[in-house]
Amino acid sequence: MPSGGRASLTMAVDADPKPTASASALRGFFDGDVWHSFRTSPVAMLAAFIVLVCFVCALFAEIVAPHNPFDLATLELLDSLKPPAWVEGGEAKYSLGTDGQGRDILSALMYGARISLLVGIASVLLSILIGVSLGLLAGFLGGRTDAFIMRICDVMLSFPSILVALMISGIGRSLFPHAPDMLAFVVLVLAIALTGWVQYARTVRGSTLVERNKEYVQAARVIGVGPLRIMRRHVLPNVLGPVLVLATIQIASAIITEATLSFLGVGVPATSPSLGTLIRNGNDYLFSGEWWITAWPSLTLVLITLSVNLLGDWLRDALNPRLR
Amino acid sequence: MSTHLVEVQDLAKIFDVSPPWLNRVVERKPKAFVHAVDGVSFGIERGRTLALVGESGCGKSTVARLLVGLYGATRGAVRFDGEDIAKTLGGSGAQKLRRRMQMIFQDPYASLNPRWKVLDIVAEPLREHGLVKDAAEARRRVAELLSSVGLNPADAEKFPHQFSGGQRQRISIARALATQPEFLVCDEPTSALDVSVQAQVLNIMKDLQRERGLTYLFISHNLAVVRHVADQVGVMYLGRLVEVADKAKLFSTPRHPYTRMLLDAIPDIHMTGRARTPVQGEVPNPLNPPSGCSFHPRCPLANARCKAERPALLEFKGVRVACHAVEEGRAA
Amino acid sequence: MTAAPLLEVSHLRVEFPTRRGTLLALDDISFSIASGEILGVVGESGAGKSLTGAAIIGLLDPPGRIAAGEIKLTGRRIDNLPYEQMRRIRGKEIGAVFQDPLTSLNPLYTVGRQLIETITTHLDLSATQARVRAIELLASTGIPAPEARVDHFPHQFSGGMRQRVVIALALAANPRLIVADEPTTALDVSIQAQIIALLKKVCREQGAAVMLVTHDMGVIAETCDRVAVMYAGRIAEIGPVADVIHRPAHPYTVGLMGSIPAMDEDRERLLQIDGAMPRLTAIPPGCAFNPRCPHAVDRCRAERPEIAEVGATHAACWQPVAVEALR
Repeated sequence: MPSGGRASLTMAVDADPKPTASASALRGFFDGDVWHSFRTSPVAMLAAFIVLVCFVCALFAEIVAPHNPFDLATLELLDSLKPPAWVEGGEAKYSLGTDGQGRDILSALMYGARISLLVGIASVLLSILIGVSLGLLAGFLGGRTDAFIMRICDVMLSFPSILVALMISGIGRSLFPHAPDMLAFVVLVLAIALTGWVQYARTVRGSTLVERNKEYVQAARVIGVGPLRIMRRHVLPNVLGPVLVLATIQIASAIITEATLSFLGVGVPATSPSLGTLIRNGNDYLFSGEWWITAWPSLTLVLITLSVNLLGDWLRDALNPRLR
Repeated sequence: MSTHLVEVQDLAKIFDVSPPWLNRVVERKPKAFVHAVDGVSFGIERGRTLALVGESGCGKSTVARLLVGLYGATRGAVRFDGEDIAKTLGGSGAQKLRRRMQMIFQDPYASLNPRWKVLDIVAEPLREHGLVKDAAEARRRVAELLSSVGLNPADAEKFPHQFSGGQRQRISIARALATQPEFLVCDEPTSALDVSVQAQVLNIMKDLQRERGLTYLFISHNLAVVRHVADQVGVMYLGRLVEVADKAKLFSTPRHPYTRMLLDAIPDIHMTGRARTPVQGEVPNPLNPPSGCSFHPRCPLANARCKAERPALLEFKGVRVACHAVEEGRAA
Repeated sequence: MTAAPLLEVSHLRVEFPTRRGTLLALDDISFSIASGEILGVVGESGAGKSLTGAAIIGLLDPPGRIAAGEIKLTGRRIDNLPYEQMRRIRGKEIGAVFQDPLTSLNPLYTVGRQLIETITTHLDLSATQARVRAIELLASTGIPAPEARVDHFPHQFSGGMRQRVVIALALAANPRLIVADEPTTALDVSIQAQIIALLKKVCREQGAAVMLVTHDMGVIAETCDRVAVMYAGRIAEIGPVADVIHRPAHPYTVGLMGSIPAMDEDRERLLQIDGAMPRLTAIPPGCAFNPRCPHAVDRCRAERPEIAEVGATHAACWQPVAVEALR
């Protein structure tokens, strides 16, 4: 029946077509409410800008960084432990100072950020793959499958994520003690992914339960479409919205987890230090006065995760149906 | 009877709504069942419309879903053109059967996938059943279907949110007609629409029925709409059929007390100021239906037999009624 | 009516400023309701009938606001009152009944507590007296065993009973005006009849005026004394119920009445009005109905018609229809 009840903007305006991010052409997107909300939010724009800068630096570190801190030939031991350029004793050449081996901190940051972002994004993608699939199956098939998957989720959630990651990393290393560095990355990404998928599974399961009862799904069943196809082609596109928001926020937490693991020494291999490794290395020098070696990586980590989090917050609010 | 395209015999559907096992054990709660459909039998002739009416909880929507195979029957059989659909849907003839019957749903906003273009929505049955060779043919067939429901073929490129409720319902009809079915189950197709839009959709449905010889099962709670579209009407109450009759007979001489009550309760625009006898009571909780005839608590003609014995659907002066009072001649 | 009207709405305009421009949701609405009268406001989705009710109660969702016009209750303006004063009037002089009884009642409090709260806010009664009155109210709305049910929670009532509780709540402080927005739409037909009878009884017994907003013409025919037909934020026709239904003057009303399937006759096709109500962002100039009107002339496309007396009703139309021409 036509809905009566409280008057609201939706009823009066009869909903201007709001183009969803995946539905219309690019011009529709820029004309839509999401873009408008972005343009009017200084926090979102600043956060996006910072994230963009970090991405560019990380991606094009070879070009952007003033030095290559991992090319042993370019290192000068004499330049080690130099403070940042504006402090007495610093040089303009090493704007943020150098570490114990004469590596330029700024350049190390860029290379380190690249590793951190890489691991962070890869693990989130893997989390999404696992979580969304399991969530869809649980929500759509229901019954025992649902109960089983949800119990696994509950069990996973009762372990602290660092512990799980440590465990998996530890197992991986002991199984393959002489493995190439590549494997260390794989194990790391796997470890972080396996701690993060539960969120997606639960969210997607909830949305799937709602969508499953909607009539377009029933219509597909009456047409004779099989359940797997219905899940993939009908339900999945409609449950991905919250996943996007979650993913943005989870990248931040994945980066922090990776940093923690690297700080503890069980993360990335020493030859490709991430921000966490840099923090750890710098820790030894903290109390002897060379604060910059640990301070800059820490600040960068905070900046990246804060920006990504803020962006995720804004995205969640922007994608919320605000007109009721 | 070979003239009946659809035949339903003692159809029943019981839902298990028991609390979870742990609650049952700890709180000692019994298992709970809802007899959504409790032994329903009827037949629909080719090219005609049977309407099922009733209030909430009477089971008419469940019957609709049983007929297209969305639910499996707990008891009884649905026969389509002579064959038992439960057997066919489980076997290799399933796709062929599905082509011959389709469904239109109540909510125009939830029955179309919001992320799909109208072209894909209407072409889905064509693609699923391999009825089109390529994209171009799909486009052509979709354009034809959209025109047949009064929409512009160019609308195929748009998304559902760009259409009004009435237009979406027409898209649903176009989708349902894609496989050229013989039987359409319509679950309250116009309940969510404004009156003038409803008129458009009902007119289209009648035109299509005439042109293509379609058979309809039309579910509704609106007796005025039913009067307009149906040939035969079945009145349901708490999962059972209480009266089945040709439209003219049902509206001129309703037999069952519930039917009379319903007809009396409808506000009609042509009877302004008419004093109606308000109905007593409300539909009882389906988890705990009354014994015997489920209508007896609200029935002015109820006697001891009504409380104890469930009435069977019997033939009476050309209609089928399930009522002891009618059978015994007590109903005026 | 010799007495002054209880509710008088004059040239009401409701706007919604959006970032795409200002939308005019209600455009120059005027009507009045006398004590003891039931006025129906009927229209299809998007016509603005719920907005009218909301504007009168003072519950327009921001950014919607009353841009022009006056709403007077017993001669006193209420559209420009500050929030606190409006809040007091809202419970005391105006009672509201909405469509969904599930969301109109707070599920966490007993029915009695909600009634008592309303009563003690607006009437000067002690808690005991308020409880007595609450039980009386429940009884008057036809709830059996009110002394026991006053301590029940909303979920322990069925849909129809809940709506009666909502009506009891609306009546708690003896309001002069009741605004009911689709009170029977979510209910079964047999329950609808009961609720309609209840509303009529309340109106006659307490002399309250009722503004009944609905899309269901049958309910209007059954309940109301007068009816206003709304289209695209404007009133198309207003008049006594029998006249508007049987002798409509506005072509939209004619089409509307013709498209409703009737219980007493068989028609092959229902009268259908092609097209759809325009969205608020795209209201045509002149008469809002002109693109769909079979009688439209140039004047209809250029000039917006004023409401004028036509036969037994008042219609906003340059080319009102002769009696029963289209049926």
